[in-house]
Amino acid sequence: MVSVQSDRPGSGQGKEELLVPSSVKIVVAGGFGVGKTTMVGAVSEITPLRTEELLTEAGEEIDDLYGVEGKTTTTVALDFGRITINPELVLYLFGTPGQDRFWFLWDELAIGSIGAVVLVDTRRLDAGFGAIDFFERRGIPFVVAVNCFQGSHSYTAEEMRVALDVSESVPLLLCDARDRESCKKVLVSVIEHAMNRLDVMA
Amino acid sequence: MSNSSDWWYDEAAGPMVRPYAMVSGRTRPKPAGEDLTLTTQVRALRTTTDQAALSVEHLEIIKLCRKPLSVAEVAAYLHAPLVVVKVLLSDLIQRGDVITSGPATTVAPVDMNLLQKVLDGVRAI
Repeated sequence: MVSVQSDRPGSGQGKEELLVPSSVKIVVAGGFGVGKTTMVGAVSEITPLRTEELLTEAGEEIDDLYGVEGKTTTTVALDFGRITINPELVLYLFGTPGQDRFWFLWDELAIGSIGAVVLVDTRRLDAGFGAIDFFERRGIPFVVAVNCFQGSHSYTAEEMRVALDVSESVPLLLCDARDRESCKKVLVSVIEHAMNRLDVMA
Repeated sequence: MSNSSDWWYDEAAGPMVRPYAMVSGRTRPKPAGEDLTLTTQVRALRTTTDQAALSVEHLEIIKLCRKPLSVAEVAAYLHAPLVVVKVLLSDLIQRGDVITSGPATTVAPVDMNLLQKVLDGVRAI
């Protein structure tokens, strides 16, 4: 259970009403090693945390003793960050597990989200196709953010749009996942995109 | 264990305390915790309920949740898998030791005001 140690929530606090905030989330999706956790870390107010989902192969009610003979559980790590909007509202940013075999977990992450960022790497464009398809099919608002690693600045947004076959209705922007301002722009574009879609539907 | 090459060592063997040992082998939360999602907010109440029946992990959660935290954060700080944390939380919800942000929304936020708040908040960081 590796987890980044981060500032733990303090315990001391004054008298206040027991308010339980509501939460919203944005999903940061993309292939393995594309910079999802870097992006989450660039805007999060805490060092990205890691939590693990334990997947039992058969989903039994009780662990049975056969479990000790062969490893039947897999752990999937989820990295996430947090932005406290105000005392009543918290935004969470979840990076999707990079490995393809955990696609089914994406559903749980995507459900109820404001929208998603599909982060792509110009060196491995094909890793972005799956994520783009996923959100397109589910009608979840998403933007494509091309993480411009050093030495890969030689493409324009339009070239990337053509290469990724992303329709004009989907915002596409170049970004640097390490840069806070750049990642803020990406998040702003997801939220604005979600608002525009809402406007159109209304 | 017929073949000695099947043994696991160190990290491959998993944690010293198997995760489900924390919850006495339970893999499903009580009904009180069925609606918990990754982002459900949890907050401890200042309760006077008997704490003798609680495990170290339960008490740790209560301590963590003096300020509201999401289920995912509790799991990360507790170094425990989500499913285990959900089981522990369901105990605490049932006992009335913690409250949550209510049933999770399984639909995308369609409230323009809410989205505007999020947008303003992100721009302000």
